[in-house]
Amino acid sequence: MPKLKIASYWASACGGCDVALLDLHERIVDVANAADIVFWPIATDFKYADVERMPDQNIDVTFFNGAVRNSENEHLAHLLRKKSKVLVAFGSCAHMGGVVGLGNLFSRKEIFDAAYTNNLSTENAGLTMPNLETKVPEGKLTLPEFYNTVKKLDQVVDVDYYLPGCPPNPNRIFEVFGAIVAGKLPPKGSVVGASEQTQCEKCERKKSEKKIPGFKRLATAQPDAETCLLEQGFLCMGVATRAGCEHRCQKSNTGCRGCYGPPPGVYDQGLKALSAIASVVDADDEATAKAMVDAIPDPARYFNRFSIAASPLHRRSV
Amino acid sequence: MTFEPKIVGFLCNWCTYTGADLAGTARIKYAPNVRIIRIMCSGRVDPAFIVKAFAEGADGVLMGGCHPGDCHYINGNFKTFRRMPLLKRYLQQYGIDEKRFRLEWVSASEGDRFAAIVNEFTETVRALGPMQIGHEGVVAPQATEGTAKPVQDHVKHHAEPRKSVQATV
Ligand code: FES
Repeated sequence: MPKLKIASYWASACGGCDVALLDLHERIVDVANAADIVFWPIATDFKYADVERMPDQNIDVTFFNGAVRNSENEHLAHLLRKKSKVLVAFGSCAHMGGVVGLGNLFSRKEIFDAAYTNNLSTENAGLTMPNLETKVPEGKLTLPEFYNTVKKLDQVVDVDYYLPGCPPNPNRIFEVFGAIVAGKLPPKGSVVGASEQTQCEKCERKKSEKKIPGFKRLATAQPDAETCLLEQGFLCMGVATRAGCEHRCQKSNTGCRGCYGPPPGVYDQGLKALSAIASVVDADDEATAKAMVDAIPDPARYFNRFSIAASPLHRRSV
Repeated sequence: MTFEPKIVGFLCNWCTYTGADLAGTARIKYAPNVRIIRIMCSGRVDPAFIVKAFAEGADGVLMGGCHPGDCHYINGNFKTFRRMPLLKRYLQQYGIDEKRFRLEWVSASEGDRFAAIVNEFTETVRALGPMQIGHEGVVAPQATEGTAKPVQDHVKHHAEPRKSVQATV
């Protein structure tokens, strides 16, 4: 059998997804035995032009991580779609917009102001901003256009599979890679490398009737390591998040953040968690209930931490 | 054409829906803008239903349930009053004015009150205008041209100690 050709690309990403690939450790050798890496900017020296020169559908599988935040991300999404037989949205940003998608509660102008002018650690008296073109004595320098709204990968191109996680658990990556090599991929459009059950269904912490006595924060309180975090008052997204990560957060005694996305059939992960968590606060009158949920200071960015771009509201409407 | 607000109303079967029915049988005239969806209990309304209404074109959403203590299922509406204040803030963060979502307890005997609420809410939403989900507003184009500062300037700038930051160690 000829070797598979695989690629990995980072669009608007932090690099953690590529590090998760490297976290395969010695198993990366098995990957290299079964596949040739034809494009992987973080680890190899192939250029965009090398990809452009490839015939269409030349790459068997592309793992595309990162959201689409600028014109360069978008160009590569189209290019890699054309050059790949199978395109996998890899990690939370490609899957649901991820942390990058939090920017959808702001406009480009607000983000630029925060990054380049209005913050204490930046001195920018000349108001230098990212311009699309800048003249220098040697000629012209260009930058990609920064979009006003972040998109997840399938809002830009057709996507075959979704491999969730921020970052995906290396064990799941390896299993999915095994399935690819064995030609045993599920139907197109499936979420791979994650369970259909929620975190809660697989969580080993002690659970009793859910009643939240009041919300606490890790900065000022310490949960015990055995009881359900929600029952102790610590926010946990496990109720509306797929299992598959091996409970990395709960095992570090902190609530799930929701990076594995919603289980099947959920309209919106954030709303599902908001509904489930708020409805079990221990308050039997309106005023107390409001005071209790008011202790969650930033519901949109907590509940949709990884999924604003995927949410039905998509961005802050102006 | 004048703007007629589209309002979706989720009304519980046992109180608010019956109240709306009473408004009808009593022939009270009120704004026709609310599209009523009957649900068994306000506690059955997942916040997702409300967001879906907005995402699919509603300009306002009205939620009606029994007064706390009167819920047919004893405490179904406790879930409602626990969820809705949080949802309200969530919607605001997405740019949906809190006045576009209204939660009211209306009993089966309050037909006139139901009509008054609908009239008032319709006018509130009318004044706010149409809701456009995902609307970006007017986006100023990113500056296309600029001239970089000479590199030496940057070097000099960073070589100088910052006046505003005081060493504390
Ligand atoms: S039945 Fe009316 S609110 Fe529960």
